[in-house]
Amino acid sequence: MKPTEAAVLDALSGVRDPELDEPITDLKFVADLQVADDEVDVRLRLPTPFCAPNFAYLMVADAKAAVLSVPGVERARIILDDHHASPEINAGMAQERGFEGTFPGDTEGESLEELRTIFRRKAFVARQERLCRELLAAGRSAKELARMRLEEVPASETKEKYLSRREELGLDTCPEAPLVVDPDGNPVPEGAVVDHLRFARLTRLSIEGNAGMCRGLLATRYGIPDPEEATA
Amino acid sequence: MYEKDGEKYFVVDGHVHFWDGSPENQANIHGKQFIDCFYGYHSALSPEEYLWPEEKFQKYSEEDMMHDLFEIGYVDKAIFQPTYLKDFYVNGFNTTEQDAVLKEKYPDKFILNGSFDPRSGEQGLEYLEELTNRYSLKGVKLYTAEWNGQSKGWSLKDEWAKRHLEKCEELGIKNIHVHKGPTITPLNKDAFDVADVDEAASLFPNLNFIVEHIGLPRLEDFCWIAVQEPNVYAGMAVAMPFMHTRPKYFARIMGELLYWLDEDRILFASDYAIWQPKWLVEKFVDFQIPEEMDEYDQLTPDIKRKVLGLNAARLYDLEVPSEIPQPEAVAAGSEDTYPEAPVR
Repeated sequence: MKPTEAAVLDALSGVRDPELDEPITDLKFVADLQVADDEVDVRLRLPTPFCAPNFAYLMVADAKAAVLSVPGVERARIILDDHHASPEINAGMAQERGFEGTFPGDTEGESLEELRTIFRRKAFVARQERLCRELLAAGRSAKELARMRLEEVPASETKEKYLSRREELGLDTCPEAPLVVDPDGNPVPEGAVVDHLRFARLTRLSIEGNAGMCRGLLATRYGIPDPEEATA
Repeated sequence: MYEKDGEKYFVVDGHVHFWDGSPENQANIHGKQFIDCFYGYHSALSPEEYLWPEEKFQKYSEEDMMHDLFEIGYVDKAIFQPTYLKDFYVNGFNTTEQDAVLKEKYPDKFILNGSFDPRSGEQGLEYLEELTNRYSLKGVKLYTAEWNGQSKGWSLKDEWAKRHLEKCEELGIKNIHVHKGPTITPLNKDAFDVADVDEAASLFPNLNFIVEHIGLPRLEDFCWIAVQEPNVYAGMAVAMPFMHTRPKYFARIMGELLYWLDEDRILFASDYAIWQPKWLVEKFVDFQIPEEMDEYDQLTPDIKRKVLGLNAARLYDLEVPSEIPQPEAVAAGSEDTYPEAPVR
C-alpha cells in the first residue's frame, strides 16, 4: 500500500511542540511534505533560528517516528530548516545518533525525556485549568469541582484534551477518578482548589502566550498571515 | 516626562541598547541569525508606523537614539543594558564601552550598566572592578545564554558567578539585571529556566535581581520565585509590546504580576531599538485591563506611574521632579499562601 500525503499529515498532526502543547501542523511548522512511493521527505521550520535546540530536536525526532508509523512508509527524512543547530540536528537524525550523540558534551544528567515530562506536566496543569474554567463559567463552584469525578464532567473537546494529557502522564483516567488532581495524581483538597487553579492559570497563560508569540514570529519570518489573538 | 488627562508620569526606560549588528561587525552566521531574530521580534510586535528597514535596524545612529528616546519618546532616563556577544560580533554587539560613549556625552540622560562573565574567573573580577571604577556602575546586565568558546551558557549557581556577585556587593553594584534567554547548555535542560535566580536572590538579599522579560515564557516559574524573594523584580522588556498585538495576553500578564508580586516591583522598558518608547508609553498610559477579566484589579494612574518610572528611580536613586506624585510603596507581598511549587 502506498502512503498518501493525507495519511502522513495526519500522523504529523500527532506531533506536538512540547512547550506550546499544540500540533506542529497547526503551528505551521511543517514547511514542505513530499511523498514518493515509500519515501517521505518533510521539511520543518521554526519561529526563530534561536528556538531551543532541545525542543527542536524532540520535534524532528517525533516527526520521524510519526511518519515511519504510517503504513507503507519505509524511509523518512526530516530536515530542519534555518536553525542555528540545523547542521547538527539534520546530520544526527540522518545518522540516527540520538540526542546525546548529536550534541556530544552539551548534555548532562537527566535525559531529554525528563525535560519532556516537565512540559507534559505543565501541559496537563494548563489543560486542567482550562477545563475547570469552563466548568466554573457554567456555574459550578470550586467546592463542587473538588468533589467532581471525571464521569460527571460533560463531554467536550476541552475534556478530551485534558484526558489525553492526563493519560500521557500515566494518571488515572477511569470514570470514577477525581477531576482535580496534581501532576502526580494526588487529589487537590477542597480548601486548596482555588489556589491550585489560580497558579495553574499562570501556567496556562505562559503556554498560550508563548504559542501566540511563536505564531507571530513564524508569520513574520515566513510571510504568512498572523492568526488573531486567541487567549481570552 | 509624559502627561495625559492631567496625570504626569516620570519615565525611566529600564532597558535600552546602542548596538552594532551590521554585516561588517558580524563575526559569523550566528551574528546574522541573532540580529535577524531581533528584527523578527521588532517586525512581529511593532505597529506598522514604527517599523524600520532592516539596514537601519542593524545599525542606527546616535541621532536616531536621542530622538526616539528623549525628543519624542518621553523618556527622562534610560538604562543601558549591555549585551556583549563577542563570539558573534567582531567588536561585540553592545558593550559597556560602546554604551559609555553616549553616557559620557549625555551624562544626565543615561544610566550605564556593566556586565560580567563568570567564566572569565579572576580576570572577570578585575574587569568588573575596572569598569566600576571607570564608570561608577550601579547595575550589571547578565546574559546567562551567552556563548563563550565551547560553552553555550552559564548559571547564577556557578561558583564563579557567586564570586562575581560578592564583588558586586563590595563595589556597590546593587542592581543585577538577568536576561533569561534561549540556547543554554546543557541542552537537556529548560532553556528559560529561572531557578538559578532563586538561589542567587536568597544568597544575596542586599542585591536586587531584575528578571528581564519576566522569565517569559516561564511566567509561572518567575512568579513563584518573586513571591518568595522580595528582592526579585519584573523587567518588562519584551512583555510591553504585547499591548499592541496581543492586548488580552498583556492584560493577563499585568493582572498576574500585580497579584503575585505587587506594583512596586514592575519596571517599564522598551528594549530599544527593538521597540520604541513613544508608542509603548502612550499605549501603556491608555491601557486598561478589560472589565470582563474581573479576576484582576484595574490599573490606576499611580500603578502606571510606579511601573513607568518611580520603581526604577528607587532602585537607581534617581531624583524625581516634585511635580510627579509619589505614591507610597505597598507592603511587600500581596499573598502568602501558595498551594504548590510550579510544575517541574
